[in-house]
This record gives sequence, C-alpha cells and structure tokens, in this order.
Amino acid sequence: MSQDKTILLNIKNLIIEGYSDEHWIEIVHGIDLTLHRGEVMGLIGESGAGKSTIGLAAMGFTKDGCRIGEGSSIEFDGLELTTTPQSDLQSLRGARIAYVAQSAAASFNPAHKLIDQHTEAPLQYRIQKRLESQEDAMELYERLRLPNPREIGFRYPHQVSGGQLQRAMTAMAMACRPDLIIFDEPTTALDVTTQIEVLSAIRDIVDQFNTAALYITHDLAVVAQMADVIKVLLKGDEVEEADTRSMLENPQDDYTKSLWAVRDFKKDQVPRPTDAAPLISVKNIDASYGDTPVLEDVSFDIFSGMTVAVVGESGSGKSTAARCITGLLPPTKGEILFQGTALPPDYRDRTKDQLRQAQMIYQMADTALNPKVKISEIIGRPAAFYSGLHGPELKNRVDELLDLIELDPSQYYNRYPPELSGGQKQRIGIARSLAAEPTFIICDEVTSALDQLVAEGILRLLDKLQKELNLAYMFITHDLATVRSIADEVVVMQYGKVVEQGPKDVMFKPPHHPYTDLLLSSVPEMDPDWLTTLLEERGVNSNTEVNNP
Amino acid sequence: MNYFIIGFYALLIGVSSLAAFYQKRTAFLLLFSLTLVSFVMGIVGGEAMLWSVTILAGLIAFSAGVSFSFREFLVILLPEDYAKEMRTAPLTAGFGLFIIFTYAISGIFAPIIAPYGEAEVISSAFAPADENMLLGADQLGRDMFSRIIYGARNTVGLALLATILAFAMGATAGLYAAAVGGKLDQLLGRIVDVIMSIPSLIFSLLLLSIFGTNTVTLIIVIAIIYAPRVFRLARSVGGNVVVMDYIEAAKLRGEGNWYLIRKEILPNSTAPLIAEFGLEFCFVFLLVAGLSFLGLGIQPPTADWGSMVRENATLISFGEITPLIPAGAIALLTVAVNFVVDWMLYRSSGLKE
Repeated sequence: MSQDKTILLNIKNLIIEGYSDEHWIEIVHGIDLTLHRGEVMGLIGESGAGKSTIGLAAMGFTKDGCRIGEGSSIEFDGLELTTTPQSDLQSLRGARIAYVAQSAAASFNPAHKLIDQHTEAPLQYRIQKRLESQEDAMELYERLRLPNPREIGFRYPHQVSGGQLQRAMTAMAMACRPDLIIFDEPTTALDVTTQIEVLSAIRDIVDQFNTAALYITHDLAVVAQMADVIKVLLKGDEVEEADTRSMLENPQDDYTKSLWAVRDFKKDQVPRPTDAAPLISVKNIDASYGDTPVLEDVSFDIFSGMTVAVVGESGSGKSTAARCITGLLPPTKGEILFQGTALPPDYRDRTKDQLRQAQMIYQMADTALNPKVKISEIIGRPAAFYSGLHGPELKNRVDELLDLIELDPSQYYNRYPPELSGGQKQRIGIARSLAAEPTFIICDEVTSALDQLVAEGILRLLDKLQKELNLAYMFITHDLATVRSIADEVVVMQYGKVVEQGPKDVMFKPPHHPYTDLLLSSVPEMDPDWLTTLLEERGVNSNTEVNNP
Repeated sequence: MNYFIIGFYALLIGVSSLAAFYQKRTAFLLLFSLTLVSFVMGIVGGEAMLWSVTILAGLIAFSAGVSFSFREFLVILLPEDYAKEMRTAPLTAGFGLFIIFTYAISGIFAPIIAPYGEAEVISSAFAPADENMLLGADQLGRDMFSRIIYGARNTVGLALLATILAFAMGATAGLYAAAVGGKLDQLLGRIVDVIMSIPSLIFSLLLLSIFGTNTVTLIIVIAIIYAPRVFRLARSVGGNVVVMDYIEAAKLRGEGNWYLIRKEILPNSTAPLIAEFGLEFCFVFLLVAGLSFLGLGIQPPTADWGSMVRENATLISFGEITPLIPAGAIALLTVAVNFVVDWMLYRSSGLKE
C-alpha cells in the first residue's frame, strides 16, 4: 500500500503512569509499536484500554497527572521524544504530527472562522504565507469533498454540520502535510450516513499524501475499513497485532475473538399480540420547538412485552417523539393513549401513577445520575417516592434491584456515580427506572456511548428484564446493529416523519424505502473491502462525489 | 563595614551556593536575586535598609513555618478524607486557616484572653504602651489590646451572621429561580437588578438612617444588600445544573421544586457557593468596618475595628501606629480568607482531576 517502507514511529516499552490517591499507578504497561511511513495502524480496545493515552504519547505528550515512565522510548523519525525539550516538541506538533480529536465541535474555537484556525499552524511555523495557506485550505476542503470548498472556510464552526466539521478538522490536521496523524475516534459521535462520508474522505487523503496514521476507535467495523494493521489493547497491555485481513479472518487471542463475536447477540422476535390493545399508542402527533416544526403526523403503537426501535439520523425527531410521550414537550396536535386512555399532554398534569408507568433511560449515564448522591439513594428514591417504602423495606428493595442489574449490593450500595464505569452507570440508570415498577421504558440511545462489549451486556440485561417483567421498550437509536439484536418492530423516521414501520424481519428484507435502504447500507461491516465496494456502488448515482484531481 | 553587613552577605551567598549545589533551581534564583537586590539596597539605604530586609525575610520565613506546622497539625488531627485534602493544600491555605483559627479563638474566648473589659477605662487618654497595656490606651484611656480582642468577636461575628443570612436568602432565591424559570425568574432577576444598581454604601446609609442602627437592623440591611450577588451566582450555577438529565428524571418522577433544590441542585452547586461565601464575607466585613468608621455601624462603647480606626485616627499625625493595628487586623483577616478561598476555587475548578 505504501511505497516507502522506512520506520516513522518506533515506540519501545512505553510505560505511562497516572497519579491518583497520592501514588503513581502504571496505566500502560510496556507497549511496543512500530509504524512505517504511509501506514495506518488501528488501535482498538474498550475504554480504559489506554488507546488514547498511547495516541497522545506518540506526540510526546501526556495529559495532566500522567507521565511517561522510566525506560520508555518513543522515537519519531530518528528523534527520541522522551528526552526532547518541550519547546522542540511543540514545533513538532501540528507541523509534523497532527491530532484529530473525537469531538470536532469541542476542538474548534467557536469565536474564529474555520480557515483562520486552519492557517494558524502553517503561519506559525512559517511554512506558508496567509494567502497561500488559504488557497491550500480550499484545495484540501475540495479533496475532502466539503460542499462549496471556496466559501465554507469563511464560516464559523457552528454554521457547519458535525460531519463537515470533522472533515474540516482533518483538513486542518493536513495543513502542514504532517508525517503522522493521530485520529482519536473521529467518527464515534457521527451518524452512520455521515460517518461514511468522513471515513472515505479521511482514507483518500491519507492515501494521497502517504501519511502515516494511528486510528484509535472501539468500532471494529470502522477500523477494518481504515487500517492496514490492527493492534488490540486491553487494560494497558497489548493483546495482539496483525494485519487487518488476517486479524479479521483469524483472531488468535480469546479477548479478540470475544470482541469479534459481540454482534452475535440476537433476541427472538416477538410477534404482535392479536387480541390485546396496545400499551402506548401515539396518534398523529405534531410537535414544534417554538415556531420550528419538528414532528409531523407521527403515529405508532407499542405493545406490552415488545421492543419498538425508532431509527433515524440526528435531527430526525426520534428523541422529540420520546419527549412528547413523557410530556416534556406537549404535542401541538394529536394524542398519546396509554392503555386506551389519553394522557395529559404536559407531564405536570399527569398523576403520580401515570408518571410511574413510563420511565426513561438516558444516553449519557454521566449526566443522568446525580454525581453527589449515593447509589442507594438514586435507586431508592423512586421506590420511596412511588411505593412509600422506607427503612429496612427500602434497603431490601434497593438490594433486590441491584441484584436484578447484576451488581453486588454490598459493594455498590454506598458508592457515588463518579466512582463507577460507564457500563455500571448505565446499569444504575436502568435500576432507577425499574425502581418505579413501570410498564413502559424509553431507552434513548442507551448503548451509543458505550463500548461494544459493555453495550452488548446492557442489551442482554434489557432483554432479560423484558422477559421477566413483561416490559415494553421504545428503543431510540441510530445504530442498526443494535436494532437488529433487540427490536421486535422498527419505526424509521426522517425529517420528523415516519418513513416506514413494521416488524423487524420485514423491515430488514428488501424492498426498502430509499431512506431505510441508505441507513441499512451505511452500517459498517467487518469486511475490509466493504467501504470500497459501497462507494463504487454509490459512486454511480451519487452526485456529491467530486473527482479527485 | 560591621559584622552584621558581612554576615548578611556571607549568609545569602552561602545559602544560594548551597541551593545551586543541590540543584534547587527556584530557591537559588530567589536567593541570588535577593543578594543582588540587597547590594543595591545596601548602597542606597545603608545598614538600616538591610535590617528591614532581614526582618521582613524572617517574618515571611516565620509565617511559612507556622503555616507548615499548622497544616501538618491538621493533617494529623483530621479524619482520613480531609487529611488527604489538607496534605495537598498550598502553604498559603495553611496560613489562611491558621489566621482564621486564631481569630476564631480570640473571638470566642475574648473575656478570658482580654486583660480588661472592652468599655473599661484604665488609664489616661492615648497613654503609651507599658507592661499593663500591650498596645497602649485609646482616646478614652481604654486598653487597646483588650478592645482588639473584643473587636474580633463583635466585628467578625456580625459580618459572619450577615453573610450567612445573605447566603440563605440569595442562594435559596437563586436556586429557586433556576429551578422554576419563567416569570418568577424574571421577576426575581429584575428586583435584584434594582438593588444592585444602587451603590451599596449609600444604600446601607439610607436604610440605616431610616430604620435606626441596632445590631439586628444592621445584619438584615447588610444581608439584603449582599443577597443579590449571591442570587446571581446561585442562579447561574443552578442554571447549568437544571439542564442535566438527572433533573429531568426527577421532574418526570413528579418531584416538587423544594426537593429538586435541596437534593439535586444544591449538592452540585456547593463548591462555587462556598468560594463565593469567602469572598462575600470579606466584602461584608469591609462594609461593616466602613459603616462603623462613618458612625453608623456597631455603636460605642462596643469595641469594633472600624470605629477604632476612626477614633484613634488623630494619632497618625503624631507618628503613632496605634490606629493602624485594627486596620491591620482587618487586612490580615481579609488576606487569610482570600488565601483559603483561592485554594477552594482551585479545588472546585477541577484543575486537580
């Protein structure tokens, strides 16, 4: 793939230590890594595996409270980074090593235009004059297939979409034509449809300039498209390294195999009961934020014991539909029936029992749990509030709920949310909703912030609970793999309208609505040729494509 | 050339060489620049100047030592959780805590510590210091030292009560406005704007001349003047918290506003509110002192640092430092509180983690 096989980055025995509780604790235990010019290496692993830390260390940088341990060696193009003074490292970063962060929205300064931020590094290192650099930026924008490449740079970060911003960030990283780019989960925050555009743009530009890259992600299917070599990490240790094809076809280690097998979970599809009435019935609702209409004539039914997945890109109105059902956003038209009776549109007018019946699990467990309240109280409060439990009864109930979500009560009873991992927090969120003894739970992207292994655990748990407690789920997601594993029925939404709905087996079989088709075909697959094939297929009738110069 | 000057330079150069030898970069830079500066000062100011440099350095070293020992003392004494916080605290915080501790002790045990009563006339007016009177007498012949001790109780106590009241009012209203929003938020916000648009000293003078000066009125008036600042802070901090999902979850559960404020919003807003408490305490303290200086604060014969400055102000023209002592007491407490507040701000800003 690359013409020039000299070694660019050679990391030997990398040890990184973090400072906590007045001790230095080793978080990366002696990683070796060799990257050739023009090569793309995928670093994968769960959160806490140390992949981002290693990515930063490749620039000779550690976060506050971390340090590179004794005996580590990071050699970049013949230069030993661990002993290079800060000032020299700084002139290396940006010019020869660039970094693309997960959230482009947070990494751009909102007060400056894109192109001014783009030209900053070339101007500072006196590589180009301002006008030259602007011209170069426009060319890069064009290569990354941004719309209006000549004008888009003069916009502010909030004026372009998330996918465009991520591409502008990649262009910015390219500004000085670095030898090495570190991509830290660049597409994790994007929809599947946007992700494809960013992935293909990144791949092309890395190819064209023969840039080496470290591609950090927890999504295997994505890394299969991007990387020449894959390195699997677990808790700061290397599990195995191999080139992409052999890694995918023949993983050696058990851990790697478990990562590969994640997408195997599939629950048995439950058919709609013929005799019963729906538990929740959304009837022709319209809703708007101020004067902007967001939902138009949305209707669907949810039956007891069934999971309805609501799918769509961001901005398709799937979360808004959930807000209408919970009563946070009263619909402007239409009604929501619960067991045949209409719910008051505003949650403040609903009775305690109506509120109890419908619970919600949130996407970000970090913001969904009060960090200053103990687990016992987070879970205990709904139980106390609705059922009036207190004293030993309440404690028993909390223990029971913790058992239900497979966390040991004696260990977690008195802890605070920040002490837990992402998956554990999400479990606490589930326990909180169960404490109210609901019949219906809205799951708003509950797994999208989690690693695949952890996410699978959550899905299995939700499935188990559904069978035990006969719960109905409304499962909001943009990830079709999740839909495949957990849904009974699927509702596809676009621009605030329901495009298509039906049982899962029917929905996943052609013929599809064109939008469903686009969503389905955009889900990355484990095949390393998937992206190439897909782009070729789409290239025929796609007009967003700009010919490469 | 006398022995003092020779010793002075020899010590400085010796210690800075030692620092250089042991690779203590900062210490060496500090000491050696002090050496160079004292060459200039010695030439310009002579021996007297060098003496004052020595005394100043000694004072700083002494207070650093005291802060260090006090911090270690607290580390040993406190339970594990707090001890860990203290161990990482800067020396300035240790100094601040020590000063606050000293003030608290002298305020609480004033009648035991003070040799005379605060209103007791024991000698002639403006009598100089002797073995009975550590700091001399004031304009009526009362013991200055005793009055300073009692002043800690009166002035600090009053400022503390007023600040607590201001916080109780401001924080409750602010968090309530953040939780409820809408018209009530607007209404409270505009009332606060009106109060804040009037200069605080003039407003308090106005209110005090209407309602008369007694301790209770004084506390309430000061609390009303300072509550709006707390309101603004509490509202903006609370505003960041109410958008979190856990608040939404609690609202959907059907929780009332009082529960939301008490259990969900307040625990997540305490850090900035505590830091603000320290700052506001200083402002309130200065306002009390200022009001007393103008004659509208704590009324005689009760000892109060602000009025003590005014009453003894004439002594300044005779080259006496007596009126500066209560002023210094005010300044020292303000500095100490700010040291502690800085430390808390640093901790709550998340720089550490």
